[in-house]
Amino acid sequence: MNALYLRRRITNALAMTMSMLATLVGLAFLAWILWETLRQGISALDLKLFTKITAYGEDGGLLNSMVGSLVINFIGIGIATPIGVLAGTWLAEYANRTKLGESIRFLNDILLSAPSIVMGLFVYTIIVLPSTALTHGNTTFSGFAGGVALALIALPVIVRTTDEMLRLVPSTLREAALSLGVPQWKLTVQILIRAARSGIITGVLLALARISGETAPLLFTAFGNNYMAINPMEKMSSLPQIIYQYANDPGESMHALAWAGAFVITMFVLLLSLASRLILSRTKVSHD
Amino acid sequence: MTTAITTDILEQRSRRDARHERLFRWLLKACALLVLASLLGAAAATLWGGRDAFATFGWHFLVSSEWDPGNEVYGALVPVYGTLATSFIALLIAVPVSFGIAVYLSEVAPAWLRTPVASAIELLAGIPSIIYGMWGLFIFAPFFAEHVKPWLTNNLGNQPDDGQLSWVAEHVPFVGKLFGSSYPFGASILVAGIVLAIMIIPFISSVMREVFQTVPTRLKESAYALGSSTWEVSWDIVLPYTRSAVIGGIFLGLGRALGETMAVTFVLGNAMQLSASLLDPGTSIASTIANQFSEAAGLQKSALMALAFLLFVVTFIVLLIARLMLRRLASKEGR
Repeated sequence: MNALYLRRRITNALAMTMSMLATLVGLAFLAWILWETLRQGISALDLKLFTKITAYGEDGGLLNSMVGSLVINFIGIGIATPIGVLAGTWLAEYANRTKLGESIRFLNDILLSAPSIVMGLFVYTIIVLPSTALTHGNTTFSGFAGGVALALIALPVIVRTTDEMLRLVPSTLREAALSLGVPQWKLTVQILIRAARSGIITGVLLALARISGETAPLLFTAFGNNYMAINPMEKMSSLPQIIYQYANDPGESMHALAWAGAFVITMFVLLLSLASRLILSRTKVSHD
Repeated sequence: MTTAITTDILEQRSRRDARHERLFRWLLKACALLVLASLLGAAAATLWGGRDAFATFGWHFLVSSEWDPGNEVYGALVPVYGTLATSFIALLIAVPVSFGIAVYLSEVAPAWLRTPVASAIELLAGIPSIIYGMWGLFIFAPFFAEHVKPWLTNNLGNQPDDGQLSWVAEHVPFVGKLFGSSYPFGASILVAGIVLAIMIIPFISSVMREVFQTVPTRLKESAYALGSSTWEVSWDIVLPYTRSAVIGGIFLGLGRALGETMAVTFVLGNAMQLSASLLDPGTSIASTIANQFSEAAGLQKSALMALAFLLFVVTFIVLLIARLMLRRLASKEGR
């Protein structure tokens, strides 16, 4: 075997080993993170998590934070879904290949990974500050403001999936409907959105998974609350916020509560992404 | 008579349809413009909020390392340095690892293994950043402080425990300073960089894997037919063909790393100090905001807003480059 050939063989073997190692390293960290979350989370699971509020500190649970998370996420998704679906529809059906449409699509992709903490400060400026001024100086953090901040983060996800899913709908469907004299808005609402329905739902689920772990934008909008708050105009606790607070607490039993919260969020997010995957794979089968 | 009525009805109907159509278009367009508004609004709001800080300190804000709420003096250098240093470390680790993963999954792994491994790696991208933060704070940072850090400070740093400088610390410039530390805990710029790397690996590797699959098979087959090894095909054929999109993917990861808040805040130590050592704690733009904003008032709040504006502008530029690079390959594909 000549030297050049041998060197090439060795380089190749080395590179392939390294690439396999890289994959193993990635998988190992995934396993490590999930394993610790499961281990610490399960050992901290307790019925009081779901029955007591955070006001009791280490003897308390996370009930108000869970309720708060539900309310804030619900507001966020509730605002982002209609706006996102309509905006995505405009991009795919009305503004495809126009200058404005292309630039909005492009900027939406950028918004997709914009820093979430800046979105929190934005909502702080447009909602918390004005309402503080209205109420004569009482700083009015609110669950609603938190919901709006999350909506801004969910919006680009929903816009993008709606846009992509609508563009996958075969154009014969559009032509068939238009040739029957159906006005375009009716075609869009009754045929196209329906045809892309499962894809759009997947996008909404992905957006929900994305926002349910967001912490940074909630710190200056929903703020936190040790008591139960259902009214979105009040300060509101949320799971990520209480995890952040408890993990930075010196108390050991607070850490256990934080892990329990982390466990609940991780399970929720994993289930959501599993569900969205299932929906997507099922639609692929039914289209064949 | 009947035809007149029918045309009348028809006309009415088409007028109504046209009106609905206009309304519908208008509604849709308004929603799409909201996307634009949120982007511009975020920039404008932080610029407006930071106007006092910009007006008070001017360009000095960018280069001053002082952050003293007592004397109302604020400079962005320490958090900016922390953000850049952690993101740079993250890229240094994440880019080769992601490339390895992408090569493995697109060229090496048996077909049955590719999809499950790829979706497992993508699962990493779905884990909320606060979970990374907790794992970093409670598991990884202590592990690092116990097992990795002593080795680094003793063998590479300029402050080893036994006082005996290693050959590397003595002869290679900068290394001694980078790894010298007397700080006993794990939280540091290096640990934050590693946690960030784990977070952005799935983003970069999935972009790389996707674009590697767009390389025409005949190109790769020709190289194999000429006797190229798998490595040579990946490095000399696949990578040059997808270069712009690979750079786009890397910038996408960089954009994420720059703006990440929670994962970094937990493991960075939050110390407003400028230290040459990677093993010392520091702070980043996002974690400074997260830590101080709720208790800040007046000029400090304005300085934090100004920091947010800087962060937003920098990530916007990075992500803009990323998308432009990614788009270049997409247009090649469409040809």
